Amino acid sequence: MWDNRRYIIQGAFVLIGLVFLIKLFAIQVLDKDYRTKAERNIIQPIVQYPFRGLIYDRNKQLIVYNEPVYDLMVVPKDVAIADTTEFCELLGIEREVFLENMKTARTYSQVKPSVFLKKISHEEYGKIQDLLYKYSGFFVNPRTVRGYTSPVLANELGYTGEISRRQLDRDTTGYYRSGDNIGITGLEEQYERLLSGKRGVSYKQVNVRGIEKGSFKDGALDTVSVPGTNLITTIDLELQTYAEKLLKGKTGSIVAIDPSTGEVLVMATAPTYEPKMLSGREFGKNYGKIASDSAKLLFNRAHMATYPAGSVFKTVQALIALDEGVIKPNEQIYVDLSGIGDHAPAGYYDVARGIEKSSNNYFLEVMRRLVVQRKSPNYIADSRIGLALWADAVKKFGFGAPLGIDIPGEASGLIPDVDYYDKIYVNKNWGYSTVQSLSIGQGEILVTPLQVANLAAIIANRGYYIQPHLVKGFEKDGVVTLKQFEKKYTGKGSDYYPAIIEGMKRSAIGTYRAPIKDIVIASKTGTAENGAKDESLDHSVFMAFAPVDDPKIAIAVYIENAGWGGRAAATTASLVMEMYLKGYIEKDWRNREEFVLKGDFLDEEQKREIERKKQEKARKIALEQQ
Amino acid sequence: MRRRDSILKNLDWPIVFLYIILVVMGWFNIFASVYDPETAFNIFDVSLSSGRQLLFIGGSVILIIVILLMDFRIYESFAPYLYALFILLLMAVLVFGAKINGARAWFDLGIFRLQPSEFTKLATALLLARYISNNNVKLTEFKHQLTAFFIIFLPVGFIMLQPDLGSSLVYFAFVLPLFREGLPAIYLIVAGSFALLGVLTLLLPITTIAIIVLIVGIIWIMATSRSVSNIVITSLLILLSVGFSYGFGYAFENLVPKYQKDRILVIFDSNSVDPLGAGYNLNQSKIAIGSGGFSGKGFLEGTQTKYGYVPEQSTDFIFSTLAEEHGWLGSSLVIALFVILMIRITIIAERQKFKFARFYGYSVAAIIFFHFTINIAMTIGLFPVVGIPLPFFSYGGSSLWSFTIMLFVLLKMDMHRTQVLSR
Repeated sequence: MWDNRRYIIQGAFVLIGLVFLIKLFAIQVLDKDYRTKAERNIIQPIVQYPFRGLIYDRNKQLIVYNEPVYDLMVVPKDVAIADTTEFCELLGIEREVFLENMKTARTYSQVKPSVFLKKISHEEYGKIQDLLYKYSGFFVNPRTVRGYTSPVLANELGYTGEISRRQLDRDTTGYYRSGDNIGITGLEEQYERLLSGKRGVSYKQVNVRGIEKGSFKDGALDTVSVPGTNLITTIDLELQTYAEKLLKGKTGSIVAIDPSTGEVLVMATAPTYEPKMLSGREFGKNYGKIASDSAKLLFNRAHMATYPAGSVFKTVQALIALDEGVIKPNEQIYVDLSGIGDHAPAGYYDVARGIEKSSNNYFLEVMRRLVVQRKSPNYIADSRIGLALWADAVKKFGFGAPLGIDIPGEASGLIPDVDYYDKIYVNKNWGYSTVQSLSIGQGEILVTPLQVANLAAIIANRGYYIQPHLVKGFEKDGVVTLKQFEKKYTGKGSDYYPAIIEGMKRSAIGTYRAPIKDIVIASKTGTAENGAKDESLDHSVFMAFAPVDDPKIAIAVYIENAGWGGRAAATTASLVMEMYLKGYIEKDWRNREEFVLKGDFLDEEQKREIERKKQEKARKIALEQQ
Repeated sequence: MRRRDSILKNLDWPIVFLYIILVVMGWFNIFASVYDPETAFNIFDVSLSSGRQLLFIGGSVILIIVILLMDFRIYESFAPYLYALFILLLMAVLVFGAKINGARAWFDLGIFRLQPSEFTKLATALLLARYISNNNVKLTEFKHQLTAFFIIFLPVGFIMLQPDLGSSLVYFAFVLPLFREGLPAIYLIVAGSFALLGVLTLLLPITTIAIIVLIVGIIWIMATSRSVSNIVITSLLILLSVGFSYGFGYAFENLVPKYQKDRILVIFDSNSVDPLGAGYNLNQSKIAIGSGGFSGKGFLEGTQTKYGYVPEQSTDFIFSTLAEEHGWLGSSLVIALFVILMIRITIIAERQKFKFARFYGYSVAAIIFFHFTINIAMTIGLFPVVGIPLPFFSYGGSSLWSFTIMLFVLLKMDMHRTQVLSR
C-alpha cells in the first residue's frame, strides 16, 4: 500500500537539491556582486594624504606651508569612557557634540575607524596627547592644513577646504574623494592640480573586528603619495606686507608689476582677512563671518572690481591718436573751454602738456579726430568706422577683456564698441557726440586696477606688455621650471612714447606727494566717479612707473571714496615704489607715510563739500516728505 | 570472530561510506572556519572547535560500536520509555538548563553541553514508528491521525517554550514518513497552500491576494462540477483563505517581534533590513558563499571565513565556509552527497519487512532532509535564519551524536531485516 509514494518523497529530495544547485549557481557563478562585497568587507584603504605644494615669493621666501593637524579617529566598538564629562573637557567639546559624533561614527561602522573630531591643532594635540591612552577606541590620524608665514595675501592665495558635494559631482577627473581638501579660491584654486599632489593608498586586509591582517594582494594595488608641486610666485612678500599695511582701514587696491617681465610684485586689496582664519578647525566658524561681512572681504578689488577709467585713460587716448597719426607729438592745438568742464586753462597744448594738465578739452579734440576721420561722407557712418578703429586699438592695451592673470575671478571691464552702442540705440542713430565722454575715460568705459597697472607697464615698456602673472615658476623635486611669456605689442610704433612720458613726468612733479627723492617717476592721476549719487566722494586713482629711464616698477592704486587721485592714491603709490626701489622710505616734510596710515585724505574744501551734499540731501528728503 | 564478520557483512557500506565522507569534510570545514593564519593552532588542537569535533567524532565511533553490539529489538520495546525520558528532560531543561543565545535548550555538564531536543527526535521517531506499526492503526482514520500528531507535537510544545523555533520546525519532518504510510495527501496540500498563502501575504497587498484566490476558486468550479455543494464549499474555502491571509498579515505585523519579522523580510528584500542589524548574518553568509565563485578560493583561503565575517560559522553557517573555499563545485558535491544519502536511506527503509523499521527509516531520511533543507536554505537566503545545524557537518557533539545514533540504529535494524521482529 502507498508504495508509489516513495517516489514522491525521493523526488522531493532531488528537487530541493536541484533548487540549491541552481540558486548557488546564480549567486556564486553568475552574480559578481558578492565578490566585490567580499573585498569591500576585508579591504581597508589607508589613505596617505600628500603634502600640498608650498608657495614661495619671488625671493624664495616661504609664504604658505603645511601645518600638522590631527584627526581624532574612533572605533565605536572599542570605546569605553568612564567619565564623559572629563573626556569632553579634555577635547573642549560639548556633550551634545560628543553624542552626535559618536552616533555618526556608529552608523558608519562599529568596527571600522572613522573621524570623530577633525583638524585638532598641534598645540591642542599636545595637551591631549598624554591623556588619550586612557580612552580606548580613540587614536589620532595626522594630516596637514595650510599655515602662513605672514598675515597677508589672503585673497590672492585663496584657501583650501573640504571638497563639497557639488564639486565632487562636477569633478570629471575621478580623483577626488569625499573628505579631500581642495583649493577653493585664488592660487590654491588656480593651481589645484599641481598643488594637490597625488594621494597614496595602501590596502590592508582587516578581520571582522577591524584588526589588520596584512596587505591585500601583497600590496600590488598600493600607491605612494606624491607631494604637490611648489609654486614660486612673483610676489615680493615684504613689499606686499608694506602695501597691505598702507591699505589698512581703507577700501581699495594696489597692483604693482615689474614691466619688463609682467611679474606682479604686489597685489593688495582691502578690506580683507587674515589667511589663517580660513585654515584648520576654525574654518567653519570663521568662514560664515567672513563671507557674510558687508565689506565683502572675499572680493579681491585688484582684479575683480571695475571702475570708470577716469583721467588715467587720457594716456591711452594720446597713444592711440599718435599711433594712428591723427595728432603729432609736437603739434600745438588751441583749446578753449567751450567743450566740457575743465580744471585746465585754455591755450595751446601739445600732447605732453595735455597729459600734464589733464586737459579735458584737449582730449575731447583728440577723440574727435580719432572718431571723425572723414572716411565716410555720412556723419553717422563715419562715427561707426572711427569708433570701431578706436575700440580695437583700446582693446590691444588689454582693456575690455580679462588679461588672464592666474587667479580666478578676473573681471573684463568694458570698452564700448559699435555693437555696444547699436544695442543701446536700436535705430543706430548715434554719432561722435554720443560717445565723446569716452575721450576723458568717463562714460561707459570700465577698467580694473590690474588693467591700469598693466597700462603703466605698457608705457614703461614703450609699447608692449607681458601678461601679468602671479606665478613665475614651479618647483618639483628640487627642479625649477619657469613659465614662458611673449611680448604683446599695443600699437604700430613707439617713437611717440617720449612725448607721453614727458607729460607724465611733469604731471608727477606737479603732484605734491608723488615725487620720490633721487628717482624720476612718471605718473598720471585720476578720479573715478563712484556712480552712486550720494554724498560720498569719487575714487582716488593713480598710475605710475619708475625710474623713468629704466622702469623697474609700474603701479596702479585705487582708493575708494578718497577724492582726487593726487592725494590718497598718489601718496600710496609713491610710498610703495620708493620702498621697492630703495628699500626704505626717505622721511621729509611731506610726511607721506603718516598721511596714508592716518587715512584722512580729504582737505578742508572736500570736507565742506561733503557736509554741503549731506545737508542738501537731508533738505530734499524733508521736502519730499512734506 | 565469526559473529563480527557477519555484522560487517550485513552492514550497508554505501551509507557508512557517505557518513564518513560527510563527517570528515565537516571536520575540515570546521577547522577552516575557526582557522586563524596568525596562530599556530593545528587541526587537532582541542582549544579549537576542530580539535573538539575530533573528540566528538571519536565518541561517535564508540556509540556506533555500542549500537552495533546491542540487541536491535530494544528500540521497539523501549520506545515509550525513551520518549517519556526525553519529555522529562525537555521539561527539566526549561528549569535547570543554561540559557544560551536566548534559549534555555542546553544542559551544562561542565566539560560539554547537551541539547536534549536533538535526541528527542530519535525517541519521537521510535515511538511514532511503534504506534504506526500496530496493525489496528490506520492513518486514514482521523482518530489515529490525531494520536500520531499528539506524539509529534508534545515535544514541539516544550521546545517552543525554550524557545527554539528551528528545532521545532524539524518535527514537521514526520509528515513525510506518515505520508509514506498512508496519511491523506490533503494534509500536505492544505499545509502547502497555507504556507504559499502566508508567503504571498508578506509580498502582496491583501486585495491582490483576494483576487488571486477568487480566480483560482472560479477556475476550480469551472474545471470540476457546478453542483451547489461544490460551489458552496469552494466559496467557503475562498473566504477561509482570504480570512487566513488577513489574519496572518495582521498577526505578522503586530504580534511577531521585530527581529523575527526582519529575519523573514530580509529574504524578500535584502535592502529593507539594516545590513548591520537583523540582516547581518544572512548578508555576510551570502557574501561568503557568493564570493566563492565556481571553484572556490581554496582550503583555508576564504577571506570572509578566516577573518571571521560570518557569525556562527562553525555551527549553523558551516555551509558558507564550504561554499566560499570550494565554490560551486564543492557545494554541489556536498549537496549531491546529501541527496544520495537520503535516497539511499529510503531505499534501505523500503527493503525492511516490518512497518516499524520502514517508518523509522523514513523518519531518519525526513529529519536529515529537513535539517539539510532549512540549513542550506537559510544560508543562501531562501528561508529565514533559524538556528539549526547541518547534519554531520556542523560543529557540536549533540548534533553529531544524535544523527550518528539515528543513522546507525537504522543500519542495525537493517542488518537484521531478515530476522523476526518480536516483542
